[in-house]
Amino acid sequence: MRQRFGAARLSREVLMIVCACAFIFPFYVFFTVAFKSQAEVAASPLALPTSLNWENFATAWDRGELGTAYVNSIVVVALSVLILVGFGSLAAYVLSRRLSRLSTLTYLVFLLGLMIPLQLGMVPLYQVMNSANLLGTWTSLILFEAGHQLPFTIFLYAGFIRALPREYEEAARVDGAGAITMFRKIVFPLLRPITGTVVILTGITTWNDFLTPLLYVGGSNQQTLPVAIYAFRGEFATDWGVLFAGMAIAIVPLLIVYFLLQKYFIIGFASGIKG
Amino acid sequence: MTSAVTTATPPRPTQPAPSGSRRSLTPAGVPYALLLPAFVLYALVVLYPTLSGALYAFTDWSGRADGTTFIGLENFAEILSDVAARSALRNSLIIAVTVTAVQTLVGLGLALVLHSSLVTRNVLRTLFFAPAMLPPVIIAFLWTFILTPQGPLNTVLRAVGLDFLAQNWLGESSLALWTVIGVVIWQNAGLTMVIYLAGLQGIPAELNESSELDGATWWQRTRLITVPLLIPATTVAMSLTLISSLKLFDQVFAMTGGGPGYSTETLSVIMYKEAFVSGRFGYSAAIALVLTMIVFAFAMVQLGALRRFEVDR
Repeated sequence: MRQRFGAARLSREVLMIVCACAFIFPFYVFFTVAFKSQAEVAASPLALPTSLNWENFATAWDRGELGTAYVNSIVVVALSVLILVGFGSLAAYVLSRRLSRLSTLTYLVFLLGLMIPLQLGMVPLYQVMNSANLLGTWTSLILFEAGHQLPFTIFLYAGFIRALPREYEEAARVDGAGAITMFRKIVFPLLRPITGTVVILTGITTWNDFLTPLLYVGGSNQQTLPVAIYAFRGEFATDWGVLFAGMAIAIVPLLIVYFLLQKYFIIGFASGIKG
Repeated sequence: MTSAVTTATPPRPTQPAPSGSRRSLTPAGVPYALLLPAFVLYALVVLYPTLSGALYAFTDWSGRADGTTFIGLENFAEILSDVAARSALRNSLIIAVTVTAVQTLVGLGLALVLHSSLVTRNVLRTLFFAPAMLPPVIIAFLWTFILTPQGPLNTVLRAVGLDFLAQNWLGESSLALWTVIGVVIWQNAGLTMVIYLAGLQGIPAELNESSELDGATWWQRTRLITVPLLIPATTVAMSLTLISSLKLFDQVFAMTGGGPGYSTETLSVIMYKEAFVSGRFGYSAAIALVLTMIVFAFAMVQLGALRRFEVDR
């Protein structure tokens, strides 16, 4: 870089650090309050906690049943993402390799799903889940998350597969491989970069989702973390320390994964959303 | 300098296939059956519920045993006279326009600064993007505490002598909507930044360097080279923000529940309340249909406008 480390650059550097500190001020509040007793929070909302007491965390873990919520969230995310990768990549493969009118039309029908707000189908789908006796279970939530994010997943895979040269498949065809073998052995491994993007984007979306999980599994023993935290807030409305400890338990692992893999997260979001 | 933001691109074969044989080898043999699992799931979870929701918007469906009658446009007439619904409609539009405009500008600003050669740029990118990774409900509770009248924000303001700025941020009906908007922007500005950073990576460095040699200032280069070349990224960032802020639910539901009064109701929130608190499924479907129409209209207008801008260049 040709720029020298002059005063202008130094001041820009400092200015941005100051901005960043102001920006992450809420996180300071977050992690200090999580260690404070109710009296401490009331006395001074900004001071550092007088001692590192872990009581809030123990209370939150037990009373909020966060262990169960963790397992639920992990199961729902893992299975939804698995379905999305499997169904989505297969569908996108057909839609990008078949160049008929039917294929184009089907692709457009899927893309329409990118714009339709889930609110329009919310009540009818709730009724379907209800009559299938699936409310209060992971199954309803997994079906919803997978189905609802298929358009985006197919959109990502189709864009990638269209730019993928057909020579690999042609070579395999000459060797006599069937469609499924060819997809599994040749095509799918080549999709690894975009599969990474799909996993990150749909995984985060599913993990953070709130409205539908609240409707489907709220109050059951299969509720996910955001729903558990929401219920917990109702119970501990005035005890911010315990609520924040619970929230910290819910997000710290997510933050650690994010900071470790930040490069992939940023690449994933940038390339995924750009489409 | 290596780029921190690159995009996923497909691998290329090392050996090109013999040309001329291309057409005969087109894999037409990919069976449509492979599409079925995805299509069945999509039809069940999206197509069928959406279509029936659109139909129920014209009925008085309430889940009662005495059946459902077609009532034409009555639900829509009611939306126009219902104070809560009108407020929600107004708020959703204000949120969509404000969040989209401000978040795009903030995200662009952050991206322009963090695309330059700051030593701390990678750390800063990671920090600014972090809130966008977290559940909106949790972010909402965090801010609810920060914004309480005796909470951290007002404490800071009073400590630096800005007492007159200390407000009842979420309890004042003239202020609450703007507070919610601020929180949404705080959480998602990093997302817009990341989209713009990817766009900036795509601008050839030579373009900037040669114009710099010709004597163009930083501002001239930004205005005449960078910003026009960022129009595709702008399209993506703005459509994404617009659609998601029109549908805003989590933050409002967790921070204000639509209050005080109806001052922060959004279409998604009243739709939820009408359906799952009052059991008025038909009316809630009509609200959802209005939301859908607005989403489509905005998307069309925006795509059209940005496309024209792109072509003019």
